[in-house]
Amino acid sequence: MDSSILAYLKKERDKEWRVELRNKLKAKDRTSMDRLDMPEEEPGFRNKNYVEVNKGLSEEQAIHEAQRCIDCANPTCIEGCPVGINIPKFVKKIEAGDFLGAAKTLKETNALPAVCGRVCPQEVQCEQTCFYTQKLKKPPVAIGNLERFAADYERNSGKISIPEVGSRNGIKVASVGSGPAGLAFAGDMIKMGYDVTVFEALHEIGGVLKYGIPEFRLPNKVVDIEVENLKQKGVKFITNYIVGKTGTIEDLRKQGFAAFLIGSGAGLPSFMNIPGENFIGIYSSNEYLTRINLMNAADPEYDTPVISGKYVAVIGGGNTAMDSVRTAKRIGAKRAMIIYRRSIEEMPARDEEIKHAQEEGIEFLNLNNPIEYFADEKGRVNKMKIQKMRLGEPDDSGRRRPVPIEGSEYTIDVDTVIVSVGVSPNPLIPQSMKELDVSSWGTIKVNKDTMQSSVPDVFAAGDIVRGGATVILAMGDGRKAAASMDRYIKDKVRSILSLVKEFNTIGDILSFANK
Amino acid sequence: MNRIVEKEYFSESVVKLVLEAPEIAKSRKAGHFVITRLGKKGERIPLTIAEADIEKWTITIIIQKVGVSSIKLANLEVGDNITDVVGPLGNPTHIEKVGTVLASGGGVGVAPLLPIVEAFKNAGNKIITVLAARKKELIILEEQMRNHSDEVIVMTDDGSYGKKGLVTHGMEEVIKREKVDLAITVGPAIMMKYVALLTKEYNIPTLASLNTIMVDGTGMCGACRITVGGKTKFVCVDGPEFDAHQVDFDEMLNRLNAYKHYEDKAYRTFLNKYRKA
Repeated sequence: MDSSILAYLKKERDKEWRVELRNKLKAKDRTSMDRLDMPEEEPGFRNKNYVEVNKGLSEEQAIHEAQRCIDCANPTCIEGCPVGINIPKFVKKIEAGDFLGAAKTLKETNALPAVCGRVCPQEVQCEQTCFYTQKLKKPPVAIGNLERFAADYERNSGKISIPEVGSRNGIKVASVGSGPAGLAFAGDMIKMGYDVTVFEALHEIGGVLKYGIPEFRLPNKVVDIEVENLKQKGVKFITNYIVGKTGTIEDLRKQGFAAFLIGSGAGLPSFMNIPGENFIGIYSSNEYLTRINLMNAADPEYDTPVISGKYVAVIGGGNTAMDSVRTAKRIGAKRAMIIYRRSIEEMPARDEEIKHAQEEGIEFLNLNNPIEYFADEKGRVNKMKIQKMRLGEPDDSGRRRPVPIEGSEYTIDVDTVIVSVGVSPNPLIPQSMKELDVSSWGTIKVNKDTMQSSVPDVFAAGDIVRGGATVILAMGDGRKAAASMDRYIKDKVRSILSLVKEFNTIGDILSFANK
Repeated sequence: MNRIVEKEYFSESVVKLVLEAPEIAKSRKAGHFVITRLGKKGERIPLTIAEADIEKWTITIIIQKVGVSSIKLANLEVGDNITDVVGPLGNPTHIEKVGTVLASGGGVGVAPLLPIVEAFKNAGNKIITVLAARKKELIILEEQMRNHSDEVIVMTDDGSYGKKGLVTHGMEEVIKREKVDLAITVGPAIMMKYVALLTKEYNIPTLASLNTIMVDGTGMCGACRITVGGKTKFVCVDGPEFDAHQVDFDEMLNRLNAYKHYEDKAYRTFLNKYRKA
C-alpha cells in the first residue's frame, strides 16, 4: 500500500475512540469467538419464491461479529478490496454501535455498499487476506455480511447520508452503461465536482445488477435506492440511449463531453456450437435471466413470455449458471440440473452459491458434457445427449482438463436448456469507433494502471475490458478510471492555461484563435 | 417517452404511426430498426423504421395487428406516448451502384424496404419493385414505392389488385426479361425463403432483411440467433441483412413460433378483457 494511505490509516486507527474500543476486549477473547453464520430462509420455502435467501444480521449479531476483528495495526484485509474500503474503521464503527457512521465510512470509497455486501466474492478478497485466514487459520471476520448490515441499516433507517459533493467544475463527462463500472465511476466523478451523465441502452438503470442477478440474491429495490442516491447527488441518467447507435462518441464530444467511460459490459452470449442448439426452449443464460429479472416474464401480468420447463438443464458451473438453475427451480422445474464438464472442485461459482443451490434441490451432473440436442415435431427441445468426462492433466488455467470418456454417452429428457458457458464483450462501441484498439477477443485494450484506451479521452472498465468478471472488479476499474480521467482532464486544462500565459495582448489571443 | 404525432390506417389491421424520436431520426439509415416497449408491463418488440423526417424529428413505423403487443400499439392515438423507443439498431444496408436491383416486399415488410429502395435509387441503380400481399387492402406504400422505383409490379394472392399470384411469380417475370444484378427481399420468413430459392436458381446475389424475436436488441441475449452458412449469427448485431442463400429459413420459421402457444393464450385473454370493457 501507498505510504500516504498507510499514514492515513494509522492516524484513523490512533483516534481515541478506536484505542478505547480496542482496549475494551483482549485480542485473545476476540479471537476465541466463533464466526456467526448468515441467517438464511429455509431451502424448502425459498425455492418456490423470490424472497432474498440471506436474511442479514441482527444488530446484536453484527456487534458480536465486529468484536471478532482485532483492529490490526497492519490491516491486510484492505489489500484484498478492489475499491479500497477502510475495513477496520467501518467494522469498529459497528462494534461501537454507530451503524450510520459505518455506512458513511463505506460510502467514502464504495458507491454501492448494499450491492457489494451481497454479491462480492469476499472469500477470495478481503476475507481471504484477513488476519484470521492468513495467520490464525480460522474463519475470517464476516466482512461482507457486516458491509451488508451497515448499508441495509442505513437504508432502513431512512437517514441516508448523501456524501459531500465538491463544488461544481462544470466539466461534462459521460459513462456509457449503467452497470457496476458506470455507477462506481459516476459516484466518484460527481464527488469530484464533475457534471456526470450516464447513458443506458435498456429501459432500466443498473445493467447486470438488474437484468442478470436475480431478486433472491440482489433485490431490485436495493439497486434502485443506490441509483436514487446518485441522482440526488446530481448524476443524470438517460435510458434508451445506445452510444454508438443513437449517437456516437463524436456526437457527444460535440455536445461538450470532455471524456468518456465505456462500461458497456459483456455482450454476446457464447454457445457450444453443437447440433440442435437453436431448437425452441434453448436459451442463453443472458436471455433467460433477462426475460425473468428485467421483463418479469414469470409473472402472467407481464406481456413477455418465457418457457418455464419441468426438466431444465443448465450448462456451465459459474455464478450465472447457479442463478439460472435456481431461478428455473423457483418458477416450477421438477428437475433442475447443472451440467458441468469438470468436477465440483473446479467450479468457478462461489461456494455459497453452490451450497445454496444444493440445499434447494438442484441436481449436479458434474463431469458431464452435452454433445447434442433433439426436438419434437414442433422443433421444441425434448432430449439431450450427454457424454461423461474424467479429469486429465492441468491446463493453462491450472485446472485439470476434462477428457471425454468414449462410449459413455447417454440421453436424458429436457424441455428447457440454458447455456451458460460465457460471454464475449459487447461489439457496439468498437464497431462504431474504428480508431479504438481492441483485442482479438473483442475487449477494449487499456493501460491497466489508468484504464485509458488508445483514444485519449476514452477510458474503459469492467467486462468490456476483462471479458467476464465480477461486479466488484468492474467497480474497482470504474473508480480507477475516474481517478485517472480526473488527472487527464486537469492536465489538459493546465496545458491550455499555460498557453494563455503566453498571451500579452488581445491581439495575441485573436491571432492564436485564427490559427 | 415518445409522443405519437400522426396516425393513418392502411387497412383494418395495418397502421402507420409517426412518432417523435429526434436522436433516432437523425442517426437512422436504411436497414435500421427500433425496439419499443409499451407500458411498464409491456414486452420489447423490434419494429423496422419506414421513414424519418429530420426536420420534424420524427420516425415512421408500420404495425400489423398480429398479437397483443402489436394490437396495443396499433390502438394508440395521436398524442399518446410509447413508453420506450430505442435505436436505431442493426447495421445499415450497404448501398452501392450495382446496376439493376430487384426489390421484393411482402406485407408490412414493404415498410423497411422503402428506405432501402430509396437509397439504392439515389445511388444510381435501376429499381424494379415487386409488392405482394394476400389482397388489395394489404398492399401498402405503393405510391411512395413508385416515387423511388423505375417500375412497380403489384401481386395479390386473390387477384383483387395488380396481377394474381405470388411475389415469386412477379419476380420471375422480370428475371426472365432482363439482367438483375441484385435482389433484396423483406417480408414474412416464408416468403423470403421462396424468394431465396428462386434467385438461387438464377444465381442472383440476394439480401434478406430478417425480423426475429428479440429482447434487448444490442447483442446481449441471443434470442434472435439464426444459422447463416452453418454458423450461428445474431440478427441484432450481425444483421438484420444476410445473404439470403445462406440463411436457414426453416430454422428461423421454427424459432419465430417459439412462443406461439403463449401468444395465442395471451390473445384470447386480451380479447375477453376487451369485450368486457
